[in-house]
Amino acid sequence: MARAKSSKTTVVEKKLVGVADLVITAAEKSKDPTLAIPIRSLANVNFNEKRGIIELGKRKQARTFFNVGMAKKFMQTVLVADALSELQRANLTTSLREIYYRTKHTMKGSHENTFDNQNESDPLIEDLEVTLAALREELHVRAENAGSVVGPLVLDDDGDRVDCARLGKGGYSVPSIVEPEYIAIRRCTADFVLLVEKGTQWNRLSEDKFWRRYNCVLLTGNGQPPRGVRRLARRLHEEYKIPVYVLVDNDPWGYYIYSVVKQGSINLAFESERMAIPKAKFIGLSSADPDRYGLPRNVGIKLNDKDVSRAKELVKYRWFQKKGWQDEIKRMLSSGLKYELDALANKDFRYLTKTYLPRKLKEEDWLD
Amino acid sequence: MGLISSKRMATALAKSTPAEPRAAVSATEMGARQREISVSEFFTKNRHLLGFDNPRKALLTCVKEAVDNALDASEEAGILPEVVVTLEVIGANGEAPPPASQATRFRVTVTDNGPGIVRHQIPPIFAKLLYGSKFHRLRMSRGQQGIGISAAGMYAQLTTGKPVQIISRTGARAAAHYFEVQIDTKKNEPRIFESKKIDWEHPRGTQVTLEIEGRYQKGRASVDEFLEQVAIANPHVKLLYRTPEGETREYPRTITELPPQPREIKPHPYGIEFGILLRMLHDTRGHSLAGFLASDFSRVSPPVAQEICRTAKLSPDAKPRNIHGAAAEALYKAIQATRIMAPPSNCISPIGEKAILHGLYKQIKGEFYTAVTRPPAVYRGNPFIIEAGLAFGKTPDQAAAATVAEAPAVPLAEGEERDDDDELARVIRYANRVPLLYQQSACATFKAVLETAWKNYGIAQSRGALPAGPMVVFVHMASVWVPFTSESKEAIADYDEIRKEIKLALQECGRRLGVFLRRRERAKSEFRRRNIFDLYIEEVVEACARLKGGRLPKEKLKTQLQRIALKRTGGARTDEILGKNSGPEGLPHSIIVTAEGTEGEAPVLPPAAGSAGAAAASAVERDEGEAAKPAATARGKGAVRQLRPIRGGKAPAKGPAAAAKSPAKAKKVPPHPKRRGR
Repeated sequence: MARAKSSKTTVVEKKLVGVADLVITAAEKSKDPTLAIPIRSLANVNFNEKRGIIELGKRKQARTFFNVGMAKKFMQTVLVADALSELQRANLTTSLREIYYRTKHTMKGSHENTFDNQNESDPLIEDLEVTLAALREELHVRAENAGSVVGPLVLDDDGDRVDCARLGKGGYSVPSIVEPEYIAIRRCTADFVLLVEKGTQWNRLSEDKFWRRYNCVLLTGNGQPPRGVRRLARRLHEEYKIPVYVLVDNDPWGYYIYSVVKQGSINLAFESERMAIPKAKFIGLSSADPDRYGLPRNVGIKLNDKDVSRAKELVKYRWFQKKGWQDEIKRMLSSGLKYELDALANKDFRYLTKTYLPRKLKEEDWLD
Repeated sequence: MGLISSKRMATALAKSTPAEPRAAVSATEMGARQREISVSEFFTKNRHLLGFDNPRKALLTCVKEAVDNALDASEEAGILPEVVVTLEVIGANGEAPPPASQATRFRVTVTDNGPGIVRHQIPPIFAKLLYGSKFHRLRMSRGQQGIGISAAGMYAQLTTGKPVQIISRTGARAAAHYFEVQIDTKKNEPRIFESKKIDWEHPRGTQVTLEIEGRYQKGRASVDEFLEQVAIANPHVKLLYRTPEGETREYPRTITELPPQPREIKPHPYGIEFGILLRMLHDTRGHSLAGFLASDFSRVSPPVAQEICRTAKLSPDAKPRNIHGAAAEALYKAIQATRIMAPPSNCISPIGEKAILHGLYKQIKGEFYTAVTRPPAVYRGNPFIIEAGLAFGKTPDQAAAATVAEAPAVPLAEGEERDDDDELARVIRYANRVPLLYQQSACATFKAVLETAWKNYGIAQSRGALPAGPMVVFVHMASVWVPFTSESKEAIADYDEIRKEIKLALQECGRRLGVFLRRRERAKSEFRRRNIFDLYIEEVVEACARLKGGRLPKEKLKTQLQRIALKRTGGARTDEILGKNSGPEGLPHSIIVTAEGTEGEAPVLPPAAGSAGAAAASAVERDEGEAAKPAATARGKGAVRQLRPIRGGKAPAKGPAAAAKSPAKAKKVPPHPKRRGR
């Protein structure tokens, strides 16, 4: 639960009310109410090489009310702003889906719904985040608790002391909002953070108490890590100066997960500032590993058309231009195969814990 | 006219019973014996060939044969037909009749105001197979073979044992005759059970009553559907239908002109088969080969006859009777090799665009109607004309009712969609104005509908399926000889020439529909544009008020936004875009129905006369005069003849042709003595 705020009207709430003001002012002047929304696409992101993060560009799109193509979206945006300000006033947090349900109704005198499905309302929340320069957490919208953490880490959550070393193999479920005012890190004695793509491998490592032996924090986001997981890794990295290693499947999607952790995502480029970990390292699975660790060819999976085209896109991204990465991706393309982390079980159930990771760490065999 | 010779009958029967020897001149005795057996044998064993496969179809066939006869006779006599069809349920053994849907016995009564039948012809017409006036002449008519009504009578005889009852009267001064007849199936001769003069309330006409085993079911291929389709293709007919459930349906007359009388023509040399040529050579009254060719065929002038003889290397003066064997074969080939003009088409009387339009408009509720009559074409030497029509959409009332009725009650849940019309189009098919209700997929018409690329006209169509949408597709083939796929006349055979013509007609209909749909779409999106803003302003104002914590003069903001919206959508200019002031898009032979009214050549319907009523009516009459001229006059370009809608009261005076034509004819033609179905 969110805690009580000191001031009556928050900054965010003021920003949201600004949407209404915009409409009112335009109407006064007989102008078409227009929202200027920064564009969230590859064309409007820049890779800041010096800082190592993806930054949002300056291009904006105008969303006007009196345009047949945009009218509905404009109306929906105002409705979402209204719902978000309601959250602020009541000091509640909610999910994307609840926002969708809250704003859905049939318009008066018609049989048209304000929203037909959640795909219509989700991007509008992101639009408002960028437009108002308010973080999703500040808007009180949370995602699912889709991540877990285990390791020598002590947190303070809503006044409860959580020792992540004493939570068995299930660990602590990382909430979607881990800002200091919600979660405080009391202590962290780990030497590094290992962020694992898949829950199954995280379970393996947790069960084998890998974190105890190598003194690390084990994190997973079950696929593309949600904000909470990314933010927690970033905080540990920043506040305790420990390195972050990323362990993903050897496929284009794994590469992209790594790049999102490291440089930030294209869609949420405006949040790279607080999310990205430019010094994060890619520990595996590398396209060189099948050779190096003797994984047989028959545990590979043929790249499908989608994989190939995605890989070809990645090769062109400015943040994948380092030689090591170009080699990595091209090696995968030329082999025509991808490998899952799970494939390591072909050698031994505990191959990941006993052999693979120890050797990687010892040889410092990672990509930057 | 008169009785068909035994030889001809054998020929006709040979078509369906191959066992019969064809034109066996030598075995006269044997032939006679076989004929006597064949009439009853043929019918009892092959009744499905004549449309009596099952009780449901049998009921329809009986109605169909009687109605076809009534209409053919009336039209030939120049009388505007008025037909009453009555179906009654009969209880078995005098018990109370069961409900219509359960009943198995029916009494079918068809009454017309036609010319009547002279007394001595009544029994053979109704109780002798293959007796009639239509078989051996090349002239467009509904019936062709002289089987239909007698077959119906025989079916009655077979299933209920009851004779056919006929009342006929040739004029107000003549007496009405009442007959009860049956067929002597062995001899193919009528047996008269009852014959007397009676009082009849009708001054002229004929009434047939059949008692048969049947089944009454509504829906596809039902009597109801048949009569409805008859009304569509024959808007000059006044039709009254009393259903077995006691309901009375009236199909009013919307056109007061008879269709032009089709002429009788001689066969075209391209259209005859070798065997027929042999027969004609034998039967001709011509003394020389050249004379025979020139006099017994259409489009063969003396020079052409000479040319044929030259090509066949035969003397023009040869006796036709003496030509057989190789010589006849050479003659046949020579005919095919000679260029001969296409047959005249005044032997066909198309329904006409106006009449189709009126028929569709009268019977089918929709938003858009159009009709196309193609110029005459020829297959195998037989001239034919294809006509197509379309009725599309729901009426504005229906559409409004549908949206209002369902919409507010059930708001849509996620993933749900409002039912768009996923029904498929209905194809209604006609041959010589007779609806074809069975074997749709075997019909050239149906195939042509499938092959037309409806997507080009804004209509959805899955691969190999009918187009989707609230649509009725009308196709009519008029010809002196419609090539049916079977004796029961259910589907038109798939000749390339025919299919091509049908497709051309459908494509023209489709193009017009496309124009209409685009216009409607445009109007809709404009309307939506306006609506959208009104709708959304409401939402935006409410949301803003909440954002501002309720401290907002809502009405003021709303008015301001509405003012901007009006300015943006162009206010009054939109009306113009909506096409409220323009005609039906310059589309010929089309009717468009909108909430505002009806545009185009709509007929006046008795109960609810539209605003454009009077003007439209005079337009109708004027145009009928035009349409009544022989179909042969260059229709090629005529198909695109622009008929502007007449909106104001400025309708020109009636053409003299229209006034003079039919009544004069009606007086000259004496009551026709013979009438035959099939």
